[in-house]
Amino acid sequence: MKADQLSIFLENRAGRLAEVTKILSEAKVNIRALSLADTSDFGILRLIVSDFEKARDTLKKEGFTVGRTTVVAVEVPDRPGGLHNILDMLQKEGINVEYMYAFVQQSGNNAVIIFRFDRTDQAIDILKANNVPIVPGPTLYNL
Amino acid sequence: MIFDPEMETRPREDLEALQTKRLKALVERVYANVPFYRKKFDELGIKPNDLRGLENLKDLPFTEKQDLRNNYPFGMFAVSKENIVRIHSSSGTTGKATVVGYTRRDVKNWGRCMARALGMAGVTSQDLIHNAYGYGLFTGGLGVHYGAEELGAAVIPVSGGGTKRQVMLLKDFGATVICCTPSYSLFLAETAKDMGIDFRELPLRVGVFGAEPWSESMRKDIESKLGLMALDIYGLSEVMGPGVAMECHTAQNGLHIMEDHFLAEIINPETGEQLPPGEVGELVITTLTKEAIPLVRYRTRDLTSLNTTPCRCGRTLARMNRIMGRSDDMLIIRGVNVFPSQIESILVETEGLSPHYQLIIKRKGALDSLEIEVEVDEPIFSDKIKNLQLLETKVQKNIKEFLGVTAKCKLVEPKTLERSVGKAKRIVDLRKL
Repeated sequence: MKADQLSIFLENRAGRLAEVTKILSEAKVNIRALSLADTSDFGILRLIVSDFEKARDTLKKEGFTVGRTTVVAVEVPDRPGGLHNILDMLQKEGINVEYMYAFVQQSGNNAVIIFRFDRTDQAIDILKANNVPIVPGPTLYNL
Repeated sequence: MIFDPEMETRPREDLEALQTKRLKALVERVYANVPFYRKKFDELGIKPNDLRGLENLKDLPFTEKQDLRNNYPFGMFAVSKENIVRIHSSSGTTGKATVVGYTRRDVKNWGRCMARALGMAGVTSQDLIHNAYGYGLFTGGLGVHYGAEELGAAVIPVSGGGTKRQVMLLKDFGATVICCTPSYSLFLAETAKDMGIDFRELPLRVGVFGAEPWSESMRKDIESKLGLMALDIYGLSEVMGPGVAMECHTAQNGLHIMEDHFLAEIINPETGEQLPPGEVGELVITTLTKEAIPLVRYRTRDLTSLNTTPCRCGRTLARMNRIMGRSDDMLIIRGVNVFPSQIESILVETEGLSPHYQLIIKRKGALDSLEIEVEVDEPIFSDKIKNLQLLETKVQKNIKEFLGVTAKCKLVEPKTLERSVGKAKRIVDLRKL
């Protein structure tokens, strides 16, 4: 039910992001979704990729600091209140969303949103109990 | 004004005779009372009686800052605790600071040396001294304070910080002399300008500046912005504090060393060989009169040269030139001594940060800023911004707590820091002094 996200430490300077996309492109790794969080000095690039191991090993070899983060890809109905219902059920159980970002591709009629929870396993249990569809990692990477 | 004409204008032969007598007594004292020196002398096969004159000084062993650290806190003291009346200490991580003690006579001598120094700056009992050196463990504040009182001048113990208030006090009290670090003097002038006060219109006429390296161009800058005569003072806590040497206002060319208390040599920092007057090398000081913590041939790591020619002011005391640099990697940031190794140990103690770091020192306006760039490796990396920011804050807090200096910590990618032949370049000093 979980998915692997590649997190990359980047300095805030021109051309750094392009460096990552170039390396992944040459390794023939497809970027499925991304989010970038930054401060004035540094940023963290978060990626869902078609081949996690390959992307990680290649970037590591090029000297980047990378990490594996466990995230959950949740199908969210593409209509008003769709996201709110999900956030509401999690909030009632005291689950905290560290960050989230949208997946480019839809799954059927549903949008796909990547969540980083503070308590991943409990979050998954709650979503399952409420019949919220979760996209498993291998499906997600090739959606 | 010459505060102590007998000592300050003594013919050099007489001075050397006095130094010889005091050096002999010192060597006997340390051999009898400080196990560290007894061991060193024994290892070299030197007996106190072997010393005939100043020409034998070169045979005596050196003392290093590390020796003081190894004997932390009181291992180098030559007197029992009941004779100590004061303790000072330099910055350092726990257990690594250098601690110095003073007997009643040491404090008295220090005050007299500092009074002489103020006299060299043309300060008299008529003056009002604004003392913005830090009061506390740092020797600057109290050192100047006792000297001012010894001289009979009035002293305002402002200490450091509260810059706007300082400007207000300078204006309201009308101090005629200011003592602080040279960079702080410029910061004061800038702050005053922002407050609509022109420093040049204040009654200040002399500045006694020290505790950090500065230059002739900085002197000109200070003199024009502050409208006073800027003079250089030298001292270090290990041998006493401020007042070891001071520039006279008459010649404004070199700092007179209080040679009846401090025997100065210049050595080649690589070989340890003595160098003749005029040649640049490392200043080595032997404390001739210190009772609590006498030091034989203490290596200051400060680079300068000596000038024994007579001075226009009438003093016979030799002059040392402005400090030109260091023979080790010590940095002086806003008057605080910082060794890269101290920063390294703080980084390692902070959540096991990698020892790959670089120190960038800049001078923004008048004040030094220290930036520590630390490489982010996998063990400390997080996908959450707040975790990384917390790490930066922790480093800054620990640096402030242990070293007493404000620094900015910046996380950088691995291997972005300049490495020369596999060895990282640790220090980038962008200050133009």
